[in-house]
Amino acid sequence: MKRQIPLLITFFVGTLLIISVFVPPLGDLERDFTLFFDIIAVFAFFLGGGNLLRIHLMKLANRRKDWGFSAVTVSGFLFMLAIGLFKVGNPGGIAEAVDAEGSWFKVMFDNVINPLQSTMYSLLAFFVASASYRAFRAKNREATMLLIAAFIILLGRTPLGVMLTGWIPEWMSVAQIPNLAVWIMNSPNLAGQRAIMIGISLGVIATSLRLILGVERSYLGGDSD
Amino acid sequence: MRFLFGLTVILALLLGASVSAQTEPPVTDSVADSVEVPAIPPPAPVTDLKALDTDDDHGHSVTLTWTKSVDAQTGQNTVNGHQIFRWYPAMMDSLAGVDSLKNMRQDIQRAQSANSVFRRALGVAEDALEDLTSGGRGFDALRFTVATPQDDSTFVLDRAFVEQALRDTVATMTTHLPLLPDSIKGLQASFEAAIERLTEAHQAYPEGGSWNLVGLAAKGDTSFVNSGNKDPMSGDFIKDFTDLYYRVDVVTIDETIRTESAIVGPVQSEGQWFNGGRFPVFWAVIIFGFLTMYFVSRARKGDDLYVRPLAGIEAVDDAIGRATEMGRPILYVLGLGTAADVATIASFTVLGRVAKQVAEYQTELIVPTYDPIVMSVAQEVVKSSYLDAGRPDDYKENTVFFVTNLQFAYVAAVNGIMLRELPATNIYMGKFFAESLLLAETGALAGSIQIAGTDEIAQIPFFIVACDYTLIGEELYAASAYLGREPILLGSLKAQDWAKAAVIVLGIVGLVAANLEWGFAKTFLEYFHVTN
Repeated sequence: MKRQIPLLITFFVGTLLIISVFVPPLGDLERDFTLFFDIIAVFAFFLGGGNLLRIHLMKLANRRKDWGFSAVTVSGFLFMLAIGLFKVGNPGGIAEAVDAEGSWFKVMFDNVINPLQSTMYSLLAFFVASASYRAFRAKNREATMLLIAAFIILLGRTPLGVMLTGWIPEWMSVAQIPNLAVWIMNSPNLAGQRAIMIGISLGVIATSLRLILGVERSYLGGDSD
Repeated sequence: MRFLFGLTVILALLLGASVSAQTEPPVTDSVADSVEVPAIPPPAPVTDLKALDTDDDHGHSVTLTWTKSVDAQTGQNTVNGHQIFRWYPAMMDSLAGVDSLKNMRQDIQRAQSANSVFRRALGVAEDALEDLTSGGRGFDALRFTVATPQDDSTFVLDRAFVEQALRDTVATMTTHLPLLPDSIKGLQASFEAAIERLTEAHQAYPEGGSWNLVGLAAKGDTSFVNSGNKDPMSGDFIKDFTDLYYRVDVVTIDETIRTESAIVGPVQSEGQWFNGGRFPVFWAVIIFGFLTMYFVSRARKGDDLYVRPLAGIEAVDDAIGRATEMGRPILYVLGLGTAADVATIASFTVLGRVAKQVAEYQTELIVPTYDPIVMSVAQEVVKSSYLDAGRPDDYKENTVFFVTNLQFAYVAAVNGIMLRELPATNIYMGKFFAESLLLAETGALAGSIQIAGTDEIAQIPFFIVACDYTLIGEELYAASAYLGREPILLGSLKAQDWAKAAVIVLGIVGLVAANLEWGFAKTFLEYFHVTN
């Protein structure tokens, strides 16, 4: 019974939403069901917060390896929770929005969390460079093609590309590097992407059918009945 | 000599001709006036104008059909095109004053924009005041100078004046800030009330309204679909079950010379019970559903279904074995998707298989999650897998844990785990965005074997570059079936492969037919045309 009811709900809701795609009066159902999901998600945040606290407090209590990181996590979590809940430093008091200008919550968000997130994001530039270096080594035929395509696109997006091949007459303009770059992006690249997209769409439909028909049950926490 | 004489005569003639051309009197106005420019006669109107609700749609659309004017491409051949007009009641168009829907939409958008500008401005004023009073910035640095109206010279405002002005500004803005959301709500309420009255307003035809251009049609056209939007906030909103009136003007090259058709109406748009415009999708779903059920039933009967090997999936077993031998953990990352994403659901299945093997080999598993609901489901999946493997006691509560739902904070935490725990294997399955490369590169630096799978096309190249094995696109969805080798799941995978083959064949036939302009090409392409 523990499995049958969720399977029945999945079948009913899944079928209804497929029908709603073809039956206009049911068109708003998708939006309504998304709202239900959002409502459940709000409660799930308590689960998340609770889990985070439990895991890290246990680590702290048992002085397990790297417990210092847990201390930072727990204190940061509790501090942000407190200043957010009690709206510490909020100019409009408890009635004002939690992210009002001047509130500690806003100050911490703007001056600590945002810069830290930006720092992590900016690391991407270095990782792209190292990944590109590894990818563009012409080890075999495919890697060589990748290298050539990347070289043309990089050059085509810079003024140097325009300068190098700007002299090519108009009737041969396809050979100009910026045009070659556009062609690579719009033809072979887009064709490959669309092929993958068709495969993904079929995969999504197949997985959805498996879920609706109750063939796939992993989301219920395992396959056993 | 004769040559020179001839040349002189020719030059003289040429010179004379050019002089006479220069001295020729200009055409006088009287002469020009006397030339009759033929006036374009007004073309004959379109006839048999009909307006009907558009078939097979979700509503908000009307289709007009007509018989061409006798002067379109035949007769006097003066028709240059068609202009389609719809009657708007007074409240809909901007000419009717402040109560028009257009003005109301603009008011709402302006108020929303003013709200955000006002908030920003208040922040700036508050910062300036704080700087001034706390001495954070010198008064001179604020550079308050104004030009006097009498001359170009400027005078510098004194500190007290500026401080008082800033205090007044902040006080006034703070008082009025809460009023803005209320005014937006008020505007929205009156807009919704106006939308409610729209049906009634259309019944006032032809009193007080005006004709508005809603579209153009070429001179050879005999139909037009006035397809509106269902969102009242959009400019081309058409309300269902409302009386609409249309007319079609035939226009000549000189648009002032035109002929109006008879007015047609009232016509009402409405959504059908079945959206026939989506028939191709409907049949595709039905056929695919049958294919799935057919192969599932074949698999149930014990047929041996061949599924091509996926290197990435086959590597999972080896990767788990490697981790066991090395005595190091396996890191499983479910990505940033929610439990509602199909990619995350597919990832749960893979996690289940991995957890089962991990339980059998008694290796450590680490599953940091980004979403609390995903965490709850993943906990259940892993717990069940340990149960299925016959080792429920080995399951640890902290195997699956919540980290954060901030993207880059999550990356920082997972990267930290990678560098501290040095997992033997990293498995990334699910939805990934900008963090894909940050995770995969750190994993590569940590020396882990990495297997990734995502349906985010933009992230696939990053995984291919930084991981040892990558499941591309639909392979992620196939992974769950492939790993389990369960006949029912393999059956659905087989159906997926057949559908893919059908798409390839139909794509090639369509491409050839469209390019060679075969007779049946148009009909063929029409079968696959989804109208709305």
